[in-house]
Amino acid sequence: MAEQPLSDVKVLDLTWHIAGPACTKFFADYGADVLKIERQGEGDPARSLGPFYKDDPHPEKSGLFLFLNTNKRSITLNLKTQTGKKIFKEMVKDADILVENFSPHVMPGLGLDYKTLEKLNPKLVMTSISNFGQTGPYRDFKASEAIIYAMGGAMCSTGVGDCEPVKKGMNVIQHQGGYMAATATMMALYGARVQGIGQHVDVSLMETQMGAIDRRMSELLAYEYNRELTPRMDIAGLLQYPYGIFPCKDGYVDVAGGFMFLNRIEGVLKMSLMETYGGANQFDETRREEFLTTIWYPWIMERTRKEIVQVCQEGRVLSAPINTTEDLLTDAQFQQRGFWTEAEHPVVGKLTYPGRPAACKELAWKIKRTAPLLGEHNVEVYTSLGYSKQDLVKLREGGII
Amino acid sequence: MAKLPLEGIRVIGMTQMWAGPIVEMHLADWGAEIIKVESIHYLAVGTRGPAPRHPKFAVDFVKGGYAAYLKEGYDDVNGRPWNRSCMFNVHGRNKLSCTVDPVKPEGKEIIKRLIEVSDVFIENSQPAVMEDFGLTYDVISAWNPNIIMLSMSGFGQTGPYKYFRSLGAHQDAFLGHTYLRGYVDRDVTANSAIYHCDEASGTMGAFMVVMALHQRNKTGKGMFIDMAQTEATMIQLGEGIMDYTMNRRITERTGNRDLYGAVQGCYRCLGDDRWVCITIRTDEEWQGFCHALGNPSWIGDNKFADSLNRWRNHDELDKHIGEWTSQRDSFEIMYMLQNEGVAAGPVEHPDLAYSDPQMKERGFFETVTQAECGTHRYPGLAFRMSKAPNHFRLPPVRLGEHNEYVYKEILGVSDKEYARLEKEGHIGMDLVPGIEIGKYKAK
Repeated sequence: MAEQPLSDVKVLDLTWHIAGPACTKFFADYGADVLKIERQGEGDPARSLGPFYKDDPHPEKSGLFLFLNTNKRSITLNLKTQTGKKIFKEMVKDADILVENFSPHVMPGLGLDYKTLEKLNPKLVMTSISNFGQTGPYRDFKASEAIIYAMGGAMCSTGVGDCEPVKKGMNVIQHQGGYMAATATMMALYGARVQGIGQHVDVSLMETQMGAIDRRMSELLAYEYNRELTPRMDIAGLLQYPYGIFPCKDGYVDVAGGFMFLNRIEGVLKMSLMETYGGANQFDETRREEFLTTIWYPWIMERTRKEIVQVCQEGRVLSAPINTTEDLLTDAQFQQRGFWTEAEHPVVGKLTYPGRPAACKELAWKIKRTAPLLGEHNVEVYTSLGYSKQDLVKLREGGII
Repeated sequence: MAKLPLEGIRVIGMTQMWAGPIVEMHLADWGAEIIKVESIHYLAVGTRGPAPRHPKFAVDFVKGGYAAYLKEGYDDVNGRPWNRSCMFNVHGRNKLSCTVDPVKPEGKEIIKRLIEVSDVFIENSQPAVMEDFGLTYDVISAWNPNIIMLSMSGFGQTGPYKYFRSLGAHQDAFLGHTYLRGYVDRDVTANSAIYHCDEASGTMGAFMVVMALHQRNKTGKGMFIDMAQTEATMIQLGEGIMDYTMNRRITERTGNRDLYGAVQGCYRCLGDDRWVCITIRTDEEWQGFCHALGNPSWIGDNKFADSLNRWRNHDELDKHIGEWTSQRDSFEIMYMLQNEGVAAGPVEHPDLAYSDPQMKERGFFETVTQAECGTHRYPGLAFRMSKAPNHFRLPPVRLGEHNEYVYKEILGVSDKEYARLEKEGHIGMDLVPGIEIGKYKAK
């Protein structure tokens, strides 16, 4: 196996919850030495969020934590103590990257702001991820998955007109913030290596939505250009038909048919659609219901998602099954591409994990170790920093590690 | 002050729709020279608007929407609609554009010469497209062994779905996201089409390219990156997938409810289609919430006394909260609740977003002038760097705007040659009449 692309990178990871760990996960999975610094006692609060292995709420059994923290090492350190700060500053001298996602007042409050740390290590890339950024009137406001999407994202145009706006699935907004922070950090690291100068990277989750999300940005610009807002519209409300999500024999399918494409499968539907339902290139809108009830629904309701998508794709019609997480694991595409990976964890045993974001033989991705137990690497890390076993006892007694 | 981190990196982009262009956008924002290789004979669906010359009546008919054009002065006959599309102009800044007819042998030769002097080549078509052009990695790496090629189709370069066609909405369905969003009490048909794959893989694609540049600085070798947008995005559902691999449980939709407790919802406010999201997790936050509301009588009910009961009686609680919010402005609610330590924020339609105090204070929106659209405010950078204060350097690029620079300065083409290439349909700023969307004109 090729040497991993980030094996020459050291990351100090003060992150918790989702967005921060989602960022450092990519550094760890591509070979960086990511040292996760946790609070003593509870550690990363993600350890107490589900889903839990066998529904047993236990700090080493959180699926969220296990997933987000692969390949990281964990130490505990109390940054509120003078000794803790001193140890942390020692580590900063030797690090390439520091990532944190506390409230913006926390690091300066600890005396560990970028200006201070930069003096110890001018090449340091420090990435701060927060809800609204390190400056501005909302700096210290609280937020959540839904609130970030509401304020930064396209929630206003997501859902149907007669209902409230609706958020996206699970925690994807925070994951997306992690993706953006990883990209920003990687760019700053690249610049630091080439130019010899570090950076403080300010990632506002609200801006990762407003500044990088295709649909949101386009709708913002549509307002700026034409002073028009975008309504919430369900997929079936589009002009063309059949277009959108439809029920079928074993669930739902998404088919972007419409006049431009559906004639490609008219043989399968056993009729000449253009002749029967429309003019040269568009279906007759007044016969929408008739077409759907006499042709379309009978055809799709007899078929499974897989069958419909196969036929449509062969006819070059955009289409997709509405998959559940169960479907993903058994899908031939992701299996054959080797997306999934298995790894053995000391507490939960062997499990299947989602794998690399892209396949590339020169960019080796690997789970070398599963998510760390809380403080699992205290002895290893602190002895490598020159502390003796007796010192570690003292540090423990002093409430520092 | 540092230079922008990617200065000196040249990227060739033959991308369409959003995912590939978003990779280019991030790289361009941070200093890379992005040369979009476009064509006056071809426009991929949705790349510079829905169609080459989308009819004026259709443009005027639609209100808002991501597929809008700048309406003022729109001319589908003599104008250049492709330079005024919202879908394109939001990511088109800081990039250069040249045109070439890639179907002609000489066009391919031009692309070859560009690839020879570049660092990165990005495309996001279904794999048959680059195969047809003869622009696969084995071909282009022979031209330039140092090239980093990022291919980001929906399903990747291998596997049974290799040639499947999809937009972000279909990928979203394939990778399990469509099933997980929307309303709990309605089925999956009651939702808007979204394109989460475009932003997720657009961002991850930029990460992969910069990491590949980092690796290349060590090894001196180029590489091929095969990114399936579905896979790169599926990772964002990791904890749901883990629930299945750990417990064989299929994750279901939760609507606007918080995955981890009560209370969370999106509530109607005063005004037309105004809403606020509120999230309460701890008892302390609940106390703050009660205080902000002035402790109305219903709030002391035992049904809402602790988080488990609030979870059990969430529907009833939502009704009370909705009554309270419906009398107030969404921003007023945000300030009232945030002052009490409770997470709350308005659903920001674009009019609210442009006037949002946080966005204003941070100077998020950038005002730039583009020759055909005039002066407008555009959504700005997705993140900041302290020592590389950064603003848009160039406005949204027009089709073929940098032909002179690319052909004459990069490729050293003479004025005479340039005129010939123009005549032969490689160089131009106007799509040729009569081309169909997503199709090369019959040769």
